[in-house]
Amino acid sequence: MIAAPSLGVDGLTKTFGPLRAVDDLTFEVRPGAVTGFLGPNGAGKTTTLRMLLGLATPTSGSTRVGDRPYAAHPQPARVVGAALEATGFHPGRTGLGHLQVYAPQVGADLDRCHELLDTVGLSAAAGRRVGQYSMGMRQRLGLATALLGDPPCLVLDEPTNGLDPEGIRWLRTLLRGFAAEGRTVLVSSHLLGEVQNTVDDVVVIVRGRLVHASSLADLAALAEPGAYVVSPTAGAVADLARRQGWPVRAHERGLVVDGVTADVVGTAAHRDGVELHELTPRGTDLEDVFLRLTATGHDLAGTPGGAR
Amino acid sequence: MRAALRSEVRKLLSTRLWWVLLLAMAGYLAFIGATLGLALALGGDVEESGGAPVLGGVDAATTVYSLVSAIGYVFPLVVGSLAVTTEFRHHTITQTLLAEPRRGVLLAAKLLATVPVGLAYGVVGALAIVLGGAPALAIAGDGAFLTDGDVVQVLLLDVLVTVLWALLGAAFGLLVTQQVAAIVVILAFTQFVEPVARLALGAVDALAGVGAFLPGAAADALIGASFFGELGSADLLPRWAGALVLLAYIGTFATVGRLTTLRRDVA
Repeated sequence: MIAAPSLGVDGLTKTFGPLRAVDDLTFEVRPGAVTGFLGPNGAGKTTTLRMLLGLATPTSGSTRVGDRPYAAHPQPARVVGAALEATGFHPGRTGLGHLQVYAPQVGADLDRCHELLDTVGLSAAAGRRVGQYSMGMRQRLGLATALLGDPPCLVLDEPTNGLDPEGIRWLRTLLRGFAAEGRTVLVSSHLLGEVQNTVDDVVVIVRGRLVHASSLADLAALAEPGAYVVSPTAGAVADLARRQGWPVRAHERGLVVDGVTADVVGTAAHRDGVELHELTPRGTDLEDVFLRLTATGHDLAGTPGGAR
Repeated sequence: MRAALRSEVRKLLSTRLWWVLLLAMAGYLAFIGATLGLALALGGDVEESGGAPVLGGVDAATTVYSLVSAIGYVFPLVVGSLAVTTEFRHHTITQTLLAEPRRGVLLAAKLLATVPVGLAYGVVGALAIVLGGAPALAIAGDGAFLTDGDVVQVLLLDVLVTVLWALLGAAFGLLVTQQVAAIVVILAFTQFVEPVARLALGAVDALAGVGAFLPGAAADALIGASFFGELGSADLLPRWAGALVLLAYIGTFATVGRLTTLRRDVA
């Protein structure tokens, strides 16, 4: 196992004129897990990552890699490998040339550069100029650059952008592997769906503020089941719900029972002899929870500021 | 620091720009050397040159050989500035600062990395001017004077001045990070503003001394022979002062760049 430092953000604030891009943000990213850093576009994710990586100065608050700021590490790129969305490539440089440019500072040799191009599937394009690379290839080259120093921490900004479904699956396997080795992995995304199967923990921010931080399982637990029921005897269903203490509301031709799965409703209706013509699961799933979080900017769990 | 320096040198050498511009400079200087060599050599024979300076002998040779700075300086300037401005144009500055967050170290590495490139430009430039100028001077004029002490000194100073121009370019790139703007300013200043300013300032007695502090005039002072100097403009500074003026430009641009460009947040 690799002993990786955790990443931390403490009371972080960044203002651009009147705009509070990041607003008193505090969260912790633990080693041995993949943490999804989620929020709609413009929520302040990239700004937060830039401050975490010493590219931008916080208006107030601080960031940590282990026990100190990123830039205070003697060879920071050997501690945190990062690929930011804004990072560019010189179009006239080859993929291999790009890696070689950044190799000296992390002590990587030519073999390591070739090995990484192999890891990210760019061996065949090593000698081609980056100007000819597709978006997905650039994304892979950015990842290879981040991995140059074999860092215990990995910070990736929207890494799934430009990747095809196969690429996303490849990235998931890679990141799961890193977490399993004990590394700290932080991945930002504006789409929960793209990282849902990759992350262990989630940190959700909206308009620069933390709205939720927990394990993915805890976020999923905020999802509410429900069932849509159509019966020729609507009154009987309402009576059944009242006896069970289920909240119901009229919907289209029938009723929606909140907080109960369709299975439970079906079993109860069968037991009580209530005739049903339609029984459809209709609850909120993880995606709905995420969308509600990002739309309202409030934590559904009622824990403002979220868990540390 | 050594790692940062190696990284910067690799940046300069891993694109085609440095040798494309180097070849362009070599061709240009060889052509100019031959043309001016012939003009001076033949002009020396014809007595009716109408007041224009008539140069012969070693003076003709040193004037031709000093063109590496007087005419060629735009190339090391541009290469130096591009070493910095490409980082901003292609947003590689982000990755660069991730690898080396100590911005003072980055600045030093950027400047130092242009030294070997400046050396290469200086050596190739000196060779090119000799290749073009020496045959012209030897065949049509009083001789190439390649073993003359003054000529050897001019050629060595050509190399030194070219290194300083490359450094000045890099420092200027930190000041004006917008690539197109930096190139436009360099071209406009070197090809138009400074030559005109030197002639104009030279024509006004009260301002005659000011022109000597322009970068091109300082470089001419350092080399100690100059095409523009021979055109009869203002007096040049002593050689050591010329070097100091160039170093002062580099130091000032680099310091201001450190306090502005390298203090800012990077996207």
